[in-house]
Amino acid sequence: MQVYGVELRSRLFLGTVQYPSPAILARAVENAAAEVVTVSLRRESGAARAGQGFWSIIQGLGVRVLPNTAGCHSVKEAVTTAQMARELFGTPWIKLEVIGDHDTLQPDVFQLVEAARILAADGFQVFPYTTEDLIVAERLLDAGCRVLMPWGAPIGSGRGLANPMALRTLRAHYPDVPMVIDAGIGLPSHATQAMELGFDAVLLNTAVAKAGEPVRMARAFRQAVEAGREGYLAGPMGERDMAAPSTPVLGTAFRA
Amino acid sequence: MKIIVNNEPREVRGRTLAELLEELGLGGAVVATAVNGSFTPVSQRGRRALAEGYRIEVLAPMQGG
Repeated sequence: MQVYGVELRSRLFLGTVQYPSPAILARAVENAAAEVVTVSLRRESGAARAGQGFWSIIQGLGVRVLPNTAGCHSVKEAVTTAQMARELFGTPWIKLEVIGDHDTLQPDVFQLVEAARILAADGFQVFPYTTEDLIVAERLLDAGCRVLMPWGAPIGSGRGLANPMALRTLRAHYPDVPMVIDAGIGLPSHATQAMELGFDAVLLNTAVAKAGEPVRMARAFRQAVEAGREGYLAGPMGERDMAAPSTPVLGTAFRA
Repeated sequence: MKIIVNNEPREVRGRTLAELLEELGLGGAVVATAVNGSFTPVSQRGRRALAEGYRIEVLAPMQGG
């Protein structure tokens, strides 16, 4: 797939939070065959310098980073965080999150569109974390986004695709816009379903990081994403309400 | 001079953002900075003067989802 002119072979984007250890994170990224990992920015204290160690681990992975604006609740916060991320990580890519509600972590789509417009005009390549809403998608594209990242379900919920019908509509309406299902994926089968619907990639974190065996789960997700993509490309059969015999009926024995 | 660094009040000697980072032990660190809510790039840290009550953010790479 192509995002902002970059060719990616892997359709699995992986978050970097909540792994049991940095070594397990590194092995999970490798086993997921992820080419893009998400990162963030937090306050650094002089004494701890925790961020410096994390950054050298990520650099050692040889992957692209997609910094996020997680925790931002306003256009101003998100834009400033994005500017800081661009300098810190040396990339114009930004996973734009503007959160509107503490409980659901639902995007504030109005501020999201505004922040996307400002950032795109400033040369950022914006990956907006959005809902499945078609009109919001249209506004984000108008604002200069060339990729969309609709949620599957609320962040960290692991519930899979809550609204497959709307996601199918979104996919059908913009067949040429790269779309990454971001958030809510809990099981490999959820990732497969997203890919079978024709989405270009999935972004997940907790489902791997919090698995009993994160490295094994990373591998399972890689296989699930590949299976879903292959299934989509192969052209699934249509559903029907009634049974239809797969074995030919003509010439069946013992029939009068 | 009293300023706020990462939401904590501090008494500092540094007169510029670059001097402040040295004072905090973050001179050579991979960090991004904002002064009073506005991004301040590395190239401007040396001439970005600080004053009483300023709010400084110093952010580093961190795990993200």
